[in-house]
Amino acid sequence: MPDAPMTPDTLLSMRDVTLAFGPKLIQRGISLDIRRGSIFAVMGGSGCGKSTLLKSMIGLLRPVEGRFEVQGEDYWAATPARREAINHRFGVLFQSGALWSSMTIGENVALPMQMLTDLPPATVSRMVALKLGFVGLSNAVDLFPSEISGGMRKRAGLARALALDPDILFFDEPSAGLDPITSARLDDLILNLRDGLGATIVIVSHELPSLFRIADSGIFLDARSKTPIAHGSPAELRDHCADPQVHAFMTREREEGDSTP
Amino acid sequence: MALTGRWMTRDAALPVLPDDALDALPKGDTLGFDIAGLESWDSGFVAFLWDVKRAGQKTGVTLRTETLPPAAARLLGLLPDQAAEPPAQTGRKPGFVEQIGDRTFAALTETGIIAELGAQAVKGGLQAVAGRGRMRMADLLANLTDAGPRALLIVGVVNFLLGAILAFVGAVQLEKFAAGIYVASLVGIAMVREMAAVMTAIIMAGRTGGAYAARISTMLGNEEIDALEVFSIPVSSYLVLPAVLSLTITMPFLYLYGCLIGMLGGFVVAIAMLDVTGAGYFHYTVTAFGIGQFLFGLSKSIVFGAFIGLTSCRIGLKAGRSAADVGVAATRAVVVGIVGVIALDALFAVIADVLNI
Repeated sequence: MPDAPMTPDTLLSMRDVTLAFGPKLIQRGISLDIRRGSIFAVMGGSGCGKSTLLKSMIGLLRPVEGRFEVQGEDYWAATPARREAINHRFGVLFQSGALWSSMTIGENVALPMQMLTDLPPATVSRMVALKLGFVGLSNAVDLFPSEISGGMRKRAGLARALALDPDILFFDEPSAGLDPITSARLDDLILNLRDGLGATIVIVSHELPSLFRIADSGIFLDARSKTPIAHGSPAELRDHCADPQVHAFMTREREEGDSTP
Repeated sequence: MALTGRWMTRDAALPVLPDDALDALPKGDTLGFDIAGLESWDSGFVAFLWDVKRAGQKTGVTLRTETLPPAAARLLGLLPDQAAEPPAQTGRKPGFVEQIGDRTFAALTETGIIAELGAQAVKGGLQAVAGRGRMRMADLLANLTDAGPRALLIVGVVNFLLGAILAFVGAVQLEKFAAGIYVASLVGIAMVREMAAVMTAIIMAGRTGGAYAARISTMLGNEEIDALEVFSIPVSSYLVLPAVLSLTITMPFLYLYGCLIGMLGGFVVAIAMLDVTGAGYFHYTVTAFGIGQFLFGLSKSIVFGAFIGLTSCRIGLKAGRSAADVGVAATRAVVVGIVGVIALDALFAVIADVLNI
């Protein structure tokens, strides 16, 4: 619920955030609270600003208005150094993996540790093996991103996101472009990582089966009114939301009166 | 096994399990964990547990993971039982003679492919002239603008300075023999015969050739080339032909322009440094070279243009699909372009010697 009082459990919260690219308004009036250890889904149709909302959470896009808080600290009001420190708690899985193409998978996972920590090389390579072991890519350490499949690239991106042991993970469309079995395995992996690492996860997705399975709460963004129109877990939205558009989205039916094929 | 204290990665003192740690345990035994003294842990702890799990797998000891913290047990469950096997070494290293043979064949194949690409482009060009071509005029125009008017400034600056440098070097030497006026002939012959064509080609290899290779290899990475092929739109007429044609068309004009600007550079230096009149300089310039030498330079510039266009497109087309590969392709196109132009120029010098130009 957007106006519920903030509990000590709340790790991330937004208050009346407006997002825009220059003069182009993307979304306004976004308020949300994300509990520690939960999986929060950002839902909505194509082009409604889901990925933009994610960008504003990971520090790539400054909101025009409103507050974004990480553990009660105003993220955008913090000094750049402080923001960097907060960012080290974040792990981001980009839509197509965004692996650095000139490096092997192992080097991709190792780079954040080499650049941002003082870990000795032996520990780094042990951690690389561990993170790749989590995602089932132990055999791909020495392969280049161009040599592996799209699904593997996503898992490698996930291993890289885990490099610094983050406690907040952001996933941009993790199961887009994956077959149902691979996608279900990725869901298992996400749940295992949440429980194993105690991480909080924000996930942008419109893959309904995956959303119903893993998300505890969420927000539904509307492209037409450019504002969130529903809050709640995907199952709640499907079963109890009165808004016809949300209902149509969650049940994969067409809205009444919508005659477009 | 009792695990106590802090197990954080950043403490950098994470123990490594000795290889023979579990060897003393009989096969089929189970190993439980005493975690009463465990304070805090992160993935470094899991890394150690993974060592134990793999050692246990080897000696046939089962871990009682229920005695671990539930979260750690869950993460451990994700990890495979065996360490990754190093990939098998494929093939042996070829010997020296074999390498030479391989390279020779590769070079010959490459020459063949470029020749074929050139033939396709020529065929496409002839079809375009006959009005049956499938090249889009908009592409050709865009390429022409880029390889022509937009290159005027840099070609002008370089050739002007080149002419001035030639005149400067020549003036110092020729003045000793009171033959200062021959600076005009020197600059004229040098620009027309060699410098304007070669320098302009080098500039175009760096500027336009590199850009073609980078653009085409990026298109390759975005599957744009695959899309063309699926539509069976020939890459030769959509991409290669406009590139080669525009360079072949603009290079002679840039050569002519380079000659004039170079002579202007020489003129400025000669007037400033020597006791020559404008009319005298002009006279010695135009009588210095014959039409044969001019045509020689002009044909060189056309060949250079076609060469740069073809090789840079070919290098772009055979590049890999990653960001790093785009960089490699651009670099290679520039290097091959410059070295190739100079090698061709040497070939032209031999031909000129035979033909007595």
